[in-house]
Amino acid sequence: MLTAFLVFFPLAAALLLHFAKGGAARALALGAALLEFAVAVFAAFSYVHNGPAGFDLNLSWIPSAGISFHLGIDGLSLCLVLLTTVLVPIILLTAFRHEEYDNPGAFYALVLFMQTGLLGVFTALDAFVFYFFWEVALIPIYFLAGAWSRSDRRIQITFKFFLYTIIGSLFMLAGFVYLYLQTGPAAGSLAAHSSDIQAFYAAGKQLAASQQGWLFWLIFAAFAVKMPIFPFHTWQPDTYTESPAPATMLLSGIMLKMGIYGCLRWLLPVVPLGVSQWQQLVEVLAIIGIVYGAIIAIRQRDMKRLIAYSSLSHVGLMIAGVFSLKAIGLQGAVVQMLAHGVNVVGMFLVADAIERRTGTRYLPDLGGLTRRTPLLSVCFLVMLLSTVALPLTGGFVGEFLLLAGVYEFNMWAGAVAGLTIIFSAVYLLRMYQRAMLGPDSAYSETITDLSGAELAMFAPLIVLVFWLGLFPGTFLHLSEPTISSILTAVSR
Amino acid sequence: MLPIVLLSVFGIANLFLGFLRSNRALLPFALVVLALIFGVNLLDWNHAGSMTGLFDSPYVTQMLSVNNYSVAFSGIVLFTALVLLPFSRSYVAAHEPNLAEYYSLLLFSLVGAIMMVSYNHLIMLFVGIEILSISMYVLAGSDKRNVRSNEAALKYFLQGSFATGILLFGIALVYGATGTFQLNELATTIAAPANASLQPMLYVGVLMMVIGIGFKISAAPFHFWTPDVYEGTPTFFTAFMSTVVKTAGFAAFLKLLVVALPGTSAVWLPTITAMCVLTLLLGNVGAAVQTSAKRMLAYSSVSHAGYLLLGLVAGRGQLSGPAAQSIFFYSLAYSIATVAAFGVLKLVADQRGREDYAGLAGLARTNPLLAFVMTVAMLSLGGIPLTGGFFGKFFIFTAVASQGYIWLVVFAVLMSMVGIYYYLKPAIAMYMRPAEPGADAPIVVDGFQSATLVLLAILTLVLGILPGFLSGLL
Repeated sequence: MLTAFLVFFPLAAALLLHFAKGGAARALALGAALLEFAVAVFAAFSYVHNGPAGFDLNLSWIPSAGISFHLGIDGLSLCLVLLTTVLVPIILLTAFRHEEYDNPGAFYALVLFMQTGLLGVFTALDAFVFYFFWEVALIPIYFLAGAWSRSDRRIQITFKFFLYTIIGSLFMLAGFVYLYLQTGPAAGSLAAHSSDIQAFYAAGKQLAASQQGWLFWLIFAAFAVKMPIFPFHTWQPDTYTESPAPATMLLSGIMLKMGIYGCLRWLLPVVPLGVSQWQQLVEVLAIIGIVYGAIIAIRQRDMKRLIAYSSLSHVGLMIAGVFSLKAIGLQGAVVQMLAHGVNVVGMFLVADAIERRTGTRYLPDLGGLTRRTPLLSVCFLVMLLSTVALPLTGGFVGEFLLLAGVYEFNMWAGAVAGLTIIFSAVYLLRMYQRAMLGPDSAYSETITDLSGAELAMFAPLIVLVFWLGLFPGTFLHLSEPTISSILTAVSR
Repeated sequence: MLPIVLLSVFGIANLFLGFLRSNRALLPFALVVLALIFGVNLLDWNHAGSMTGLFDSPYVTQMLSVNNYSVAFSGIVLFTALVLLPFSRSYVAAHEPNLAEYYSLLLFSLVGAIMMVSYNHLIMLFVGIEILSISMYVLAGSDKRNVRSNEAALKYFLQGSFATGILLFGIALVYGATGTFQLNELATTIAAPANASLQPMLYVGVLMMVIGIGFKISAAPFHFWTPDVYEGTPTFFTAFMSTVVKTAGFAAFLKLLVVALPGTSAVWLPTITAMCVLTLLLGNVGAAVQTSAKRMLAYSSVSHAGYLLLGLVAGRGQLSGPAAQSIFFYSLAYSIATVAAFGVLKLVADQRGREDYAGLAGLARTNPLLAFVMTVAMLSLGGIPLTGGFFGKFFIFTAVASQGYIWLVVFAVLMSMVGIYYYLKPAIAMYMRPAEPGADAPIVVDGFQSATLVLLAILTLVLGILPGFLSGLL
């Protein structure tokens, strides 16, 4: 029941938003998001005490085809559910700060609709339920990114984003249909098949290595585009840059985790032989992505674009960690998913705060802001240092575990992937210096510091940065059983 | 059986309303009649014959067979007509002198459609197709002052008559080879041929029938009439053609192949597979390059014929198997989404005077409801989850894949990707482009039309969220 509430409550709130106007709509949207977060925290406590048994929801959906509406929460899901529910209220608050959005009620409704899609993805335990929510999450983000963007190129950019992701997804659907037909006792009758995750694990394991090899790419296509991994990333910098701030946060903070989560839950255990065939290639691509994203980020002068490329580089490391197939790498990926979600949302929040005050996010136009904005500078610095993986921050724990995993996989890969820490220090400190320090700019006299409400948006992020940095065990314990069962499935 | 009788009787009664010059009564009358017949049709569900015992004489049952299959597809056809009618309002308002005839022709064409889904005798198939087609030829030209409408009618009539001739020739050859018109007897005769030397004649006959019906359902390479005819025909009747004719055509086609001709699958299976590949390719690529929304919908209707042909490829076995099931579900989802799309397009075209994408620009601001319904319809036609179109495609793909045609599914998936490209264009125009100056007045939609559009959008979403209600029906 709790699972169903978590997944569908935001949708219900989104529908209700149609009947609210102005301030009431804001209050309703924020209230719903906060209540959702409270329920997620309650779920986490009850999970720690009672285990996963109470979270399983298995309803008959399309009985004639053996598809059931199966949701459930284990430790891995719980981490991502918490991440989603803590970020959505902050993202909504960011939207509130943009008074100029027309039809704001629809905007909040789409954010909440998106939350239902995301939580559905993170809790689905049936392949078609997973696919269903995977696509459901795409529809609101398309409109959020496109219809509220003020860029001249928004149509082409969001169109490209939509086409890329849906084409990836259709490949995944084809892979799932194939696997689905391999399940069950007899061929021919649809009712004999099942799309439950356990049936998929069983069916995938029985396939020959060659079949698993091409199935791997069918399924991986969807995840690769979403994360994105080099060379499927070309939609990402443009979409991140040109979308309105809340949409960018949804995309970078939560949506890209769908891809990594998908790899963990629906790729590694389903086609283990396929994974071991292509593991090295994916590692190479991931490491190319790390270095490539970082080098391009160094050259960027648009703050959002810089963060977009930095995100590309950091995602590369997460993928490398996942495909190292080492326990420590996978655990690192889990922590880093959380840390990156917090960091990247914090960074975009900073970029948005600066852009709203000055009207620009072009680094050469900025400078010397820090004198008038001590609070903003501190918040910026905390987010930045966590992204650079300074010890005591969440970024450090994640990157350390990931690098340890990649190193265990291959020493040289670990050495090259380790460059990410140096590179990110270069481009992020440079960004900080250009924007906040250095010679005064036209804005350094007039800019105002963070308001109380804005500080309230940063506060939970900062708490999380240090919580993840000091007590990563909270989350590592949650995800550990899932990770080890995934690894046993892969190694068999 | 009763729906056919009632439709004919009320169709004639409707003509008398025309004599009375009471144009305002026509639309309510037609709506009530169709709702009544839709209900009467459902009474036959699981009770084949008992409700309509009146027509149980052996002579009638040899001609038509009423069973769940025919009731289900008649249901789609009648429902589609019912939800289309509210969009005929502007014809009523324009006080067309021949209005009564158009409504009667619609009712008569449904007689043809129901005969096509319940035939048990090849002559009944032919008669059904003719009743439906001849009504359509007239309706295509109903906008008499418009040159393009006249052209559409003539094109449709000439090519349609050719196709009918080929179909009839095919039926004649099949009859010559087997000595029977009845579906079950055909199957047994083909399974145990009395005279092997007649086989070539049978095969040619089967191929000609496939070609004849292929024309009616606008399957490539017999689809060339479709875009021109759809574009020229008044939008209201285009919507009717692309849904009712197609649903009835596919129900008839499946029945023919599965019940009567399973023994000749060596001949028709490769033909249909080739038609399927060609239709998917030409329909989708054709739609992608259009600038007119109406022409895009015309090509998209060709492409949907391709997806439905996939169902025919999978259609070995029973009329209650996965293939029939998937064709039923797909036709339903496709009809609902197409009616919604054409409904919005007709409202926009009537009041803004253009049918291209630019005519839809800014609709999200002026008419959020129309924009929302159109978007839901486009997502459904594109096969994106939350909508009925997704499960339509999913069921069809699964049915074909389970017969071993993985390559065909992969090809169809690739073609769906092309589809998403052009189904997104109306959404982009409505939500992301501003209306052209002077064309940004809100579209006037009456309450009845809004209610119908909301119903269609809700049905599309219900089919996409709870497909279990209808996916196990047949």
